[in-house]
Amino acid sequence: MKYSRLSVALFVLSAVAVGTWIGCKSESNSTNSSGGGAAKPAVTLLNVSYDPTRELYNEFNKSFAEYWKEKNSQDVKIETTHAGSGKQARAVIDGLEADVVTLALAYDIDVIAEKGKLLPDDWQAKLPNNSSPYTSTIVFLVRKGNPKKIKDWSDLVKGDVQVITPSPKTSGGARWNYLAAWGFALQKELGDLSKLADVDAKAREAADVKAKEFVAEIFRRVPVLDTGARGATQSFIKNGQGDVLLTWENEAYLAVKNEPAGEYEIVTPSLSILAEPPVAVVENFAAKHKTTEVAEAYLQHLYSPQGQQLAAKHFYRPAKPETLSAEQRAQFADVKLFKINEAFGSWKEAQAKHFNDGGVFDQIYQPGSK
Amino acid sequence: MRLSLREHSVIPGFGLTLGYTLVYLSLIVLLPLSALFLKTAGVPWSKLWTIVTEPRVMASYKLTFGASLIGALVNVVFGFITAWCLVRYRFPGRKLLDAVVDLPFALPTAVSGIALTAIYNKNGWIGQFLEPLGIKAAFSQLGVVIAMTFIGLPFVVRTLQPALEELDGESEEAAASLGASRWQTFWRVILPTIAPSLVTGFSLAFARALGEYGSVVFISGNMPMKTEITSLLIITKLEQYDYAGAAAIAVVMLLASFLILLGVNVLQWWVSRGYQKGTT
Repeated sequence: MKYSRLSVALFVLSAVAVGTWIGCKSESNSTNSSGGGAAKPAVTLLNVSYDPTRELYNEFNKSFAEYWKEKNSQDVKIETTHAGSGKQARAVIDGLEADVVTLALAYDIDVIAEKGKLLPDDWQAKLPNNSSPYTSTIVFLVRKGNPKKIKDWSDLVKGDVQVITPSPKTSGGARWNYLAAWGFALQKELGDLSKLADVDAKAREAADVKAKEFVAEIFRRVPVLDTGARGATQSFIKNGQGDVLLTWENEAYLAVKNEPAGEYEIVTPSLSILAEPPVAVVENFAAKHKTTEVAEAYLQHLYSPQGQQLAAKHFYRPAKPETLSAEQRAQFADVKLFKINEAFGSWKEAQAKHFNDGGVFDQIYQPGSK
Repeated sequence: MRLSLREHSVIPGFGLTLGYTLVYLSLIVLLPLSALFLKTAGVPWSKLWTIVTEPRVMASYKLTFGASLIGALVNVVFGFITAWCLVRYRFPGRKLLDAVVDLPFALPTAVSGIALTAIYNKNGWIGQFLEPLGIKAAFSQLGVVIAMTFIGLPFVVRTLQPALEELDGESEEAAASLGASRWQTFWRVILPTIAPSLVTGFSLAFARALGEYGSVVFISGNMPMKTEITSLLIITKLEQYDYAGAAAIAVVMLLASFLILLGVNVLQWWVSRGYQKGTT
């Protein structure tokens, strides 16, 4: 009796396991074979992306598949994976065979080029606008009525304001937050950021000291350091932490859209950073899969009017604003934006100086700094 | 004791089973772990030492091991009560409660992390009552302990249940009839019998807490030097593409966990041997 019960249990368990497995398999088979009447064999692309682009690529992939089918009468199936940008870059270096990468920072693709040797070092010159078909920036999200009267970066360090941002050590978005604040402080010290190249080294150094104090003061007011942008949004909205959330513009719009009307307000500071999330074909893998042509077309399509419309729909600033209607353009607040190379040289330099171990961010957080 | 290689058994051959065990362990456990050591091979010793003894890393060891220890100890006490209640009493909903115990096993850790944070933050169901008392649960070291206690509970309960079921009421009755107090019965009769399982449950809960990541990063607030756990530092290193640094800290965790588990195993062997001697 005991044995038979055990065998029944084992049988049920294995039946469930096998059933699930077959279920998953047949599902993936059916999607592969759908529309099998095409002349050319279907092709599959893998796009390795970062977290907040989920909704964007969901729609964009459909748009591109239609476009490609019409043009080449070939079915194309696009798979997109999402996770933290750095994590995705590591996965590609470690052998996740992505045909294209669409990440949060140029630095992450630089590393794929440098450590993985999977695409040439000059990848960023291959597509218009530094290979960034859409851009974003850093804005503030505050609670209803803006009770702490936060209008600009300098208001973040007044009174008892508490600031929510993820940790720059783990989050690409947080690195943009940090650099945007730094850039604001530089501008305050030196005047116009576009003249930064002409300032002598001494003045620049003095301004950097001030900027470090300013950014340190902001981070002193951070009660919770989340590991990623979505986690920080969660801390601010669901867990009621802090008075202001520093976040991607598109993430802020999404939060405002998803929460009950009027609960949160977006505050656009006087100056912010131009965040350029870049895209690139991972040439070695694309060549291996014989998908180079379609992978290039996929990224080009991001610059097409449809691609730009979709970017705007998901609150990314399109690289070619002329493709948008006046109404669409109006949704993006007018804000002065500076580029990372204007203030920090390049991503590589910024990463090495500020965020690597022992860098400026770690000094801000040395024991006893609080 | 005689080495019983040729003892008769249902499953064929000592040679075959040992060979299988070794191959299996090597593939699943030893090879991946040696890869970890290899990753650190390029780094000189002195630099490795600096990486793994940095103040921030040291603070994270303290928190990780300390909170895991507290979590496991809390689980030993409350896991015992839970297991006792489930084994000794018959009440409506017992099966349901029994199934609930396994939930921390099955939940993705991120889900438990988000749920715990939502409950213990200052607006949460429990947090709103703790905050006025000056107790900050979420985003503090206490939060880390809470998360580690949560994920460790099933280990203690599940290892204790069979041991408690085997306890026959007769020896307790005998003890009582010989004039033992409740406390004496517990201390002299019940505890020695279940001690080995208790130690096993403790070590499993402790080991699991050491490696916990998902549920802790949400509730801890991740403040350097204060509420930053070691696995987060490993991830941080990886975000900087510092594979060797990440592997170095991971190796320290690995060695420390191994030594602790070995110690607990020795303790368990010693406890159960003492018990066998006592009864025979």
